[in-house]
Amino acid sequence: MILDPVKTEERESARTETIVTGRPRRTRPGGLPQESKGYRVYLGFNAVALVVISAVTLYPFATLIAQSFSSSGAIKAGLVNLLPVGFNLDTYHAVTNDQHFWRSYGNTVMYTVVGTLVAMVLTTLLAYVMSKEHLRGRNVLIGIAVFTMFFNGGIIPNYVLISSLELKNTMWAVILPGAMSVFNLLVMKSFFENLPRELEEAARIDGLGWWGIFWRIAMPLSKPVIATMTLFYSVQFWNDWFSAFLYLDQTDLYPLSLHLRNLIAGATTTTAESAAAVGTTSAAIKDNVKAVTMVLAIIPILCVYPFVQRHFVSGVMLGAVKG
Amino acid sequence: MTTVTRTLRRKARVPWSNTLRHDGVLYAMALVPIAYLVLFRYVPMIGNVIAFRKFRPGGNILGEEWVGLRYISMFINDPTFWHVFSNTAILGGLTLLVCFPLPIVLALMLNEVRKKAFKGVVQSITYLPHFLSIVIVAGIVMQLLSLEGTVNQIITAMGGEKIPFLQRPEWFRTIYVGSEVWQTVGWGTILYLAALTTIDESLYEAARIDGAGRLRQTWHVTLPGIRPTMITLLILNIGTFLNVGFEKVLLLYMPLTYETADVISTYLYRVGLVSNNLSYAAAIGLFQACIGLVMVLSANLISRRTVGASLW
Repeated sequence: MILDPVKTEERESARTETIVTGRPRRTRPGGLPQESKGYRVYLGFNAVALVVISAVTLYPFATLIAQSFSSSGAIKAGLVNLLPVGFNLDTYHAVTNDQHFWRSYGNTVMYTVVGTLVAMVLTTLLAYVMSKEHLRGRNVLIGIAVFTMFFNGGIIPNYVLISSLELKNTMWAVILPGAMSVFNLLVMKSFFENLPRELEEAARIDGLGWWGIFWRIAMPLSKPVIATMTLFYSVQFWNDWFSAFLYLDQTDLYPLSLHLRNLIAGATTTTAESAAAVGTTSAAIKDNVKAVTMVLAIIPILCVYPFVQRHFVSGVMLGAVKG
Repeated sequence: MTTVTRTLRRKARVPWSNTLRHDGVLYAMALVPIAYLVLFRYVPMIGNVIAFRKFRPGGNILGEEWVGLRYISMFINDPTFWHVFSNTAILGGLTLLVCFPLPIVLALMLNEVRKKAFKGVVQSITYLPHFLSIVIVAGIVMQLLSLEGTVNQIITAMGGEKIPFLQRPEWFRTIYVGSEVWQTVGWGTILYLAALTTIDESLYEAARIDGAGRLRQTWHVTLPGIRPTMITLLILNIGTFLNVGFEKVLLLYMPLTYETADVISTYLYRVGLVSNNLSYAAAIGLFQACIGLVMVLSANLISRRTVGASLW
């Protein structure tokens, strides 16, 4: 995939750097003092518009948090916006005392860790092999991988496959369908292609085989891309609910996302405990219970987000520029 | 190039036995990942033959006996199929129409910001929704649009009647596209912002000398500068526009809104996995995948012919 016909090495690195560090572009010739009045008015308008856009983007998070601390009566009365009404921590207590919640949380952690590990092994190995330009049949390998981006089997054959492999109601049904993303594969491949060849050649002369070169030379040099890909896969597995929805029937295997989905859809009895604890007797689950569960599901992502955001951005860049 | 590479080059023309001796380890490393792709990507593709075969759950994964085009003609004569087909096209088309240009606008706006801290904060905030699970996005949408939610609070404050948005078919498309905007527009700016930094400064200078104001500079320099990125993303979006966010529809729709909300994938999901009519659902899925492939290929072809940009 070619996003930019101008492909000079310096440009690419300069571009990536700029985006990663969020550095604004060089100022246009002439500089600020010569700008027309109209343009300065526009700049003011622009800044205001961006503030509004950011506020609108954040608003749903703010209400969610406000609801999580509010009493269900206040939510039902439509009083809760940005600030909690009837502040209390009871819902948090109720939700965190619910064993289904913790079991699903634990499942999600396990699926994320194991899934990411499996995906990283598969992706790294294939990407490394695909990056070797001299390799016979390299184009065949690339073709096999890339074709799956444009044509996929579809839900039904996948379901039939997972069923007939007897993976239903196992962890592997959640992990294996998403255990390799061709996009991530191509990102890693292009990273490996840019590794300095001299080092590998020197290692080869020193008698190292391909495996040794891969493990002792390429891997230590690839920490940034490994970190980025690990993050991509972790978020993917953390957020995934659909394979669990399709392939898991036993509630004690449910990941958090599926637990949450059932809460939201009101299609569960597993959460009756937490609902009962905050004073609900009917099957309807109170909005504050949903809000608390959502907040607790978002928190891990929010905690790592500030640190990982730039890795994600650089990952996307790498994929797009070289693909 | 050093001697090693040259040796490798020469070896590429020698018999396979030598290649294997030299690169055997590399092939061995690719073995498990390729086996994975074959089993979990290609076997399902082949599994689509059940669209032409009678399938018994628990029986042969590839079906029991040939039935020809029975399932194909079944969906061609199924009015519900054509209904969900047009729903899919409308929903996909609307999403493309709204969600394709907005990241460009936002990127241009961000590009004018001089204070890098401010720009960084706006970027961080607008990227954030991209990282949320679709389940949480659906949950947020439901909370905001519930009878007690923010939107209805505003409506009642202005003296209007509460609207049960999620139960109204006429609102589904707006809700779907709106939440898509919220989740994807910020993240969509990344590639454009990257492309913007590559535009040659001297082009702006030349434009200024020719007396072009800011607006004309944007029109004549900035937009042409990011055109390749725009075209590539457009091709990708056109190619995948029938794969509308199946999971989000599944989470947000309900029988009351099927009229506008039901799309091909949700329909085939219900036919196949809820009503257990796997062969029929596979036929629909195969049809959808083929259309997707044809659309990517033709969008790419058209763009190569007309503007010289192509994905491969």
